[in-house]
Amino acid sequence: MTSLANAFTLIAVGCGALLFLAGTLGLLRFPDTLSRLHALSKADNLGLGLIVLGLLPQAASFTGGLKLVCVWLLAQISAATASQLIAGVLYRRKLRP
Amino acid sequence: MADLLTGAALFILVVTALGLFKVLRSEIAAERMMAVQLLGTGGAAAVLLLGAASSSPAMTDVALLLMLLAAVSCAAFAFGQPSLGPDASEQAEDEA
Repeated sequence: MTSLANAFTLIAVGCGALLFLAGTLGLLRFPDTLSRLHALSKADNLGLGLIVLGLLPQAASFTGGLKLVCVWLLAQISAATASQLIAGVLYRRKLRP
Repeated sequence: MADLLTGAALFILVVTALGLFKVLRSEIAAERMMAVQLLGTGGAAAVLLLGAASSSPAMTDVALLLMLLAAVSCAAFAFGQPSLGPDASEQAEDEA
């Protein structure tokens, strides 16, 4: 049972790390600011979600696991809001002559 | 197990540093705020992994704090920008 949980952790954490790499590659290679913002907010938050999912079997207690999920929820909400705010600033700048 | 988790944390730190280097070199202010966002997400992931590797649950609080600071600083950046206001934006749409 423990080895099964460890294998799950390794797979999920590995996938999360790969998604972080994909997000950074998008950040380095995409042509303009809005598409870079897209790469950053999508890939990195999915990576964080996979890492949290992988760490859940390693959590010492139920409250510890719940707190991990809360970190992920806060990350999702704040990343969505912050991406909208940054994109709104960019849009208003484009409107201005 | 702890070694592998620490390795994953180091990998994410290196990847985040690469992204930060690129974003910080940019001239646009919004891209610098993207650096803050990247630091929040990547830093939280690395801190969570390190906390699981060293089995110290207090590291979760650090990750929460990092995410909170990134969110608040992005909101402060957006409110600090000069806005066109509702009337001005309608006017701009008419002109366009």
